[in-house]
Amino acid sequence: MALITVKNLAIGYDSQAILAGLSFEVNPGDYLCIIGENGSGKSTLMKTLLGLSSPLDGEIVPGDGLKKNEIGYLPQQTFIQRDFPVSVREIVISGCQSKMGFHPFYSSKQRKEAEKNMEKMGITDLADRCYRELSGGQQQRVLLARALCAAEKVLLLDEPVSGLDPDVTAEMYELIKSLNDEGLAIIMISHDIFAAMKYSDHILHIGDELFYGTKENYLIYAKEDLSKWIN
Amino acid sequence: MDKLILYMQYPFVRYALIVGTLIALCSSLLGVTLVLKRFSFIGDGLSHVAFGAIAIASIFSIEGKMVLVLPITIISAILLLRTGQNTRVKGDAAIAMISVGALAFGYLLMNLFGTSANLTGDVCSTLFGSTSILTLTQSEVWICVVLSILVVVLFILFYNKLFAVTFDENFAKAIGTNVNGYNLLIATVIAIIIVLSMNLVGSLLISALIIFPALSAMRLFGSFKKVTVFSAFISVVCALTGIFISILAGTPVGSTIVATQVAAFAVCCLVGSVMGGIRT
Repeated sequence: MALITVKNLAIGYDSQAILAGLSFEVNPGDYLCIIGENGSGKSTLMKTLLGLSSPLDGEIVPGDGLKKNEIGYLPQQTFIQRDFPVSVREIVISGCQSKMGFHPFYSSKQRKEAEKNMEKMGITDLADRCYRELSGGQQQRVLLARALCAAEKVLLLDEPVSGLDPDVTAEMYELIKSLNDEGLAIIMISHDIFAAMKYSDHILHIGDELFYGTKENYLIYAKEDLSKWIN
Repeated sequence: MDKLILYMQYPFVRYALIVGTLIALCSSLLGVTLVLKRFSFIGDGLSHVAFGAIAIASIFSIEGKMVLVLPITIISAILLLRTGQNTRVKGDAAIAMISVGALAFGYLLMNLFGTSANLTGDVCSTLFGSTSILTLTQSEVWICVVLSILVVVLFILFYNKLFAVTFDENFAKAIGTNVNGYNLLIATVIAIIIVLSMNLVGSLLISALIIFPALSAMRLFGSFKKVTVFSAFISVVCALTGIFISILAGTPVGSTIVATQVAAFAVCCLVGSVMGGIRT
């Protein structure tokens, strides 16, 4: 059964739709890339999926017993975070906040979870460093480790490589792919059509024309566009 | 030193020290959150609202002004923090509007309906808190103690959630944290702190009490917990130092405390830039 089924969704701000008629589904272990031009509504779609803004029409049906606190999210960085005095460990463990329930403090199990995810992201040695002193790639790893603390089944990523240099970008993509290989479903917004082709297995193209399907079908569908881009 | 021991025998001096310490502790706790959320001036806005409320309370000669002042301030705080996102009037403009508006109305009402012979003196002491901390009654001290304990307990219980909501509101919301609830809690606690602090420094100087300790601590430390603990510490030290100086030198309490905090901030800046910060 699909983790998330989207039926005939319309999204936008202040009852003004920027996209309508979206239908797609995300199954366990899928790697879905959402591509489209700036302003086509990619981020709004992600916010709607997360429940940060409400859909104008249609519905988003969680399946397979998916609960809200089993979804991880890697947002784009906000300006507040740039001068925030906070250590890496504090950020990572805050990913466990939805599992605390009414407990005021983190349990030792949650602390271990945070340590495990820091290790996975290769940032254990940065645990006590201040976030604002880290490089862009390191900061992204920290936020990814936090998202992992929250993600049991699905991970949503909003342009995870924006502002990173090519080497770090490639590392980041490999890291995300390795998470997908472990069975986590990935939904990623990306500008980068080549990375989408390389790593994902499903594509959702939004804009004037909508496309949802497997990567192979997308290649056939968008042959002309793709060859234009490549040349 | 003898003079100090002599003074300590007066109950009003002891009250001032107890209340001063508690208020300094409470006001510094949420400072970090407010500074980082770009709400540094909310202290000013709310304290002016409280000033307006005090004016209304004194016109109707309501006993125990707290009954009126606290709810009005809490409601304003909720309205102000709610304007934070996605509204026509943005946070800073909303604060400016409410703050000046309430100040003007408060003074107007006091002028029109005031019964006191010494109006300017009343206004001045409400704005600058010149003497009120030295004229506290025992019941006022108790109210202050109870409210302070409430603030500290709430802060400790919700520390982790408050951090999460401050650092990344969208992420917190996305993974199912009740962000609006916690923002409401922050607003309420802020309002309580403001009303308490008016006793100490008066409504014009409250922002200093909230933001200076946080800014000083942020110069030196790079973790949220350390910044919070250190800002509470430095706030209490500055408040006590300020009160002692003002008793010994006969200066106004509020402005002496704020001056001490400015000095502490300067020292922290200096230490921070010399050491490159004690980073962890």
